[in-house]
Amino acid sequence: MADKKFAAYLCKGCGLGERLNINQLAAVATKEGKIPLIKQHDLLCSSEGVALIQGDIDSEQITHLMIAACSKRAKTEAFNFENVAMSRANLREGVIWVRPDTEAAKENTQEMAEDYIRMSCAELKYMNIPAPSQEQGRIPHILVVGGGITGMTSALEAAKAGYHVTLVEKTAALGGMAAQLHRRVAYQSPFKDPQPTGIADLAKQVQSHQKIKVHLNSTVADTSGAPGRFAITIAHESGGTSTENVGAIIQASGFKPYDAQKLTEFSFGKSPDIIDQLGLEALARQANGGPIKRPSDGKEVQKVTFIQCAGQRSQTEGHLPYCSGHCCLTSVKQAMYFKDANPEVDTLILYTDLRMPGFGGENFYRSGQDKGILFTKGQASSVLPNGGDLTVKFKDLILNEEVEDTADLVVLATGMLPNSGIDIEAIPLKVEEKKAGDSASEEPVAASPPETLVPVESVLNLSYRQGKDMPQLIHGFTDSHFICFPYETRRTGIYAAGPVRRPMDISQAMEDATGATMKAIQALENAALGRAAHPRSGDLSFPRFRKEGCTQCKRCTVECPFGAINEDEKTYPVFNEGRCRRCGTCMGACPVRVISFENYSIDTVGQAIKAVNVPDESSEKPRILLLACENDTYPALDMVGMNRIEYSAYVRIIPVRCLGSVNTIWITDALNSGYDGVILMGCQKGDNYQCHFVKGSELAHIRTSKIDDTLKQLNLERERVQTYEIAITDLARIPQIINEMETTIQRIGLSPFKF
Amino acid sequence: MSQAVEKYRNTFLREVEANVEEGQWVKMCMQCGVCSGSCPLGPHWEHPPQEIFMMIRANKREEVLTSSSMWFCTSCYNCIARCPRELPITHIMHGLAHYAQRQGLAPKELPTAKFAKRFWDNLLKKGRVNELQLGLQLYFMNGLAEGIKTSLKMQKVGLGMLKTKRMDPMEALGGHGCKDIKGLKAALNKAKQIEETKAAKALERLQSKS
Repeated sequence: MADKKFAAYLCKGCGLGERLNINQLAAVATKEGKIPLIKQHDLLCSSEGVALIQGDIDSEQITHLMIAACSKRAKTEAFNFENVAMSRANLREGVIWVRPDTEAAKENTQEMAEDYIRMSCAELKYMNIPAPSQEQGRIPHILVVGGGITGMTSALEAAKAGYHVTLVEKTAALGGMAAQLHRRVAYQSPFKDPQPTGIADLAKQVQSHQKIKVHLNSTVADTSGAPGRFAITIAHESGGTSTENVGAIIQASGFKPYDAQKLTEFSFGKSPDIIDQLGLEALARQANGGPIKRPSDGKEVQKVTFIQCAGQRSQTEGHLPYCSGHCCLTSVKQAMYFKDANPEVDTLILYTDLRMPGFGGENFYRSGQDKGILFTKGQASSVLPNGGDLTVKFKDLILNEEVEDTADLVVLATGMLPNSGIDIEAIPLKVEEKKAGDSASEEPVAASPPETLVPVESVLNLSYRQGKDMPQLIHGFTDSHFICFPYETRRTGIYAAGPVRRPMDISQAMEDATGATMKAIQALENAALGRAAHPRSGDLSFPRFRKEGCTQCKRCTVECPFGAINEDEKTYPVFNEGRCRRCGTCMGACPVRVISFENYSIDTVGQAIKAVNVPDESSEKPRILLLACENDTYPALDMVGMNRIEYSAYVRIIPVRCLGSVNTIWITDALNSGYDGVILMGCQKGDNYQCHFVKGSELAHIRTSKIDDTLKQLNLERERVQTYEIAITDLARIPQIINEMETTIQRIGLSPFKF
Repeated sequence: MSQAVEKYRNTFLREVEANVEEGQWVKMCMQCGVCSGSCPLGPHWEHPPQEIFMMIRANKREEVLTSSSMWFCTSCYNCIARCPRELPITHIMHGLAHYAQRQGLAPKELPTAKFAKRFWDNLLKKGRVNELQLGLQLYFMNGLAEGIKTSLKMQKVGLGMLKTKRMDPMEALGGHGCKDIKGLKAALNKAKQIEETKAAKALERLQSKS
């Protein structure tokens, strides 16, 4: 490796020059930071300032530069230098903007700035320039699993964008569930009538596209590799297999309908005239625009009752607790089948809450009302076959009365269950976690498998150490953040689209398909350049580990939220750069600290912590370390600065990639170096997580909950280490937490570890 | 319709659509309840508008038409102003009341009905409302004793109006009419005829269905 050549640049703009003693800061960088080349500038982000830095990089062969100016999140376009390692001392948002401009405050403010200079210099010393690994490959080919409307849309979108596509479909035909429909809910203006599904046409387009290869009657037998270089084995029903190398994968494995047999109160199965929505689609296809006849005796239906939320949105055991999102629209559509064929047919929709999602949803509802569909807010309690007719009992929630009504046909709006494959976190992994020690959850793991486990076939058959399919979040849906990161899953380069990630209708599934395709293309192209995928898009650094020090404890392989780490035959970790999102959770997990990134390591942060000047006890100036997640907390801290909300001058903030990357050695080091308190701030964890790396914040919370032992050993109070979940909007809360820590320290006294 | 009325059928809804002013809007109600919540008389009705709409859809013909609820409407228009579906609720309420009256199903002894009847008859006479006559009629609506009592109570107001020439006592004897009373009556007769034809047609359709 080439020699490191350091330089530091101090900015005097934005009031820094007036508020701080810049010469003093420069002296700190020279004497303590040992930076040989130091320059000051009135406005470093101006073209003149940038040219000054670039000039030095070119003429002096500077490889490492420290910029003491604003937050690392500001002026990123100006301070964008190629092939150098860079650290930023945040003197603007982190110091002068959060401190009062008074003579009394001046001393502490200056100390704060000097510490940030020391920290940045120390960090810079241990940084290396990330070099691309040798792992890259670019295979402009996408695998789509599932030939339903989502899969077909994905395949076409990818093919249109110029990528080769292999589509694997389990059944003998393309089309999936949508092929069973008579019509689909209106998706075009004026959103008044059911529209043709267009499935046959779509299937024809897919089959005739020269860039798309369709494998029917086939499944994915094995998936290995990483984004940019996945190796797929496809098993055909005929017995043969074929292999395919792809750059990214879209899982559009869809859903299966809820088993209505479980709804005994609605006598499903007791009469052929009690059907689910798919059953009605079959009848409507039979009738093909003519009057719909009931299955039992072929009589033309005169009165049909739709029961919404059948076995859904209910806490009853065996029911689905969630809303499947499409059923209200579907029932309106199906009632229109009757009304359009014969307006005299009475159609009654019993609902508790109507939900008409999508662009034209409300218009479609209005059109249904206009056609004379009756809507009643009512809770159905039973359906009973009664000779020829059916008796429907329900409570009218508007008129507040029990009603007994008759119908020729009853349609149950049952929900959708995702085809997510195997729940890899269900049993085996928890056992592993227990072995791994401190990452296991506190409550005892249920030893017996939950009820009768129906054997579930894997969709992807990943040859990942972490399991054959993608992790699920709740109710069996593949984990993919509904709002912040749709399509992203916990397996890099593999994207979920359609009802496998959340319940949805056709329009939403098609939108999903397009989104997931774009993500897959991005992932494939990023992987080709050795760059990280979302949310650290473009990052070139990746974890390196020192094999000699590794104790094969497997903690990194278990805790990696993205299943990026395999194990070799001796259970040493094998990192897959392409699968890695560069969050550093493995680095935080490693008990022997052998995992690091080139530009983000145990040392870059550890040395920054140690570089802070801890005043001795007599000065009565505490030091608080704040490790702040750079995804939400650090931007929030910047906004605190922009809003000029003041906080304690005793805090020193270090941004971390994810709270999951926080290694407890940093906390121990900080306490040993005389810090009086340590605060950790990360994103919300749990089922409604906001953590950009899904599990990072949760793991950090678990790890720090065990820090008490360390504190006890050091004979320190437990209040000295606090972990918080912070949202990006917590502008008022963050300064409060910091100031509270200062108060706490005043109460319990300074740390005895000052030297 | 010999057997018991079937519930939750469109029968009565269609009758309302055919016969009630703005009745074609009833099916568009989405049962949000804003009308009921906005009605200043809401707590005093047996059935607020939301329920009336639901009852129509539940095929409760008798219950709706014999209800006193829509007679309570004071035409404050709060419901119309607030209805997210922009239903002309006030008009529908009066339309229902009127239809019930025509069908002879409206409850007897309703003060609002009494007032409406007197207002209408008064108007019909000369094509113009004679306020003095209408006022006196209302005073004596419930008998002589109460009429005298009310008149005495209102004495001061009456004298004040006389003094400021707000009231012409001669109006009590006959009063003035509109210019073309014949034309007005012809127009009203035509309207009545149209309504009756419509109702007959609707009845025919209903009977053919059952």
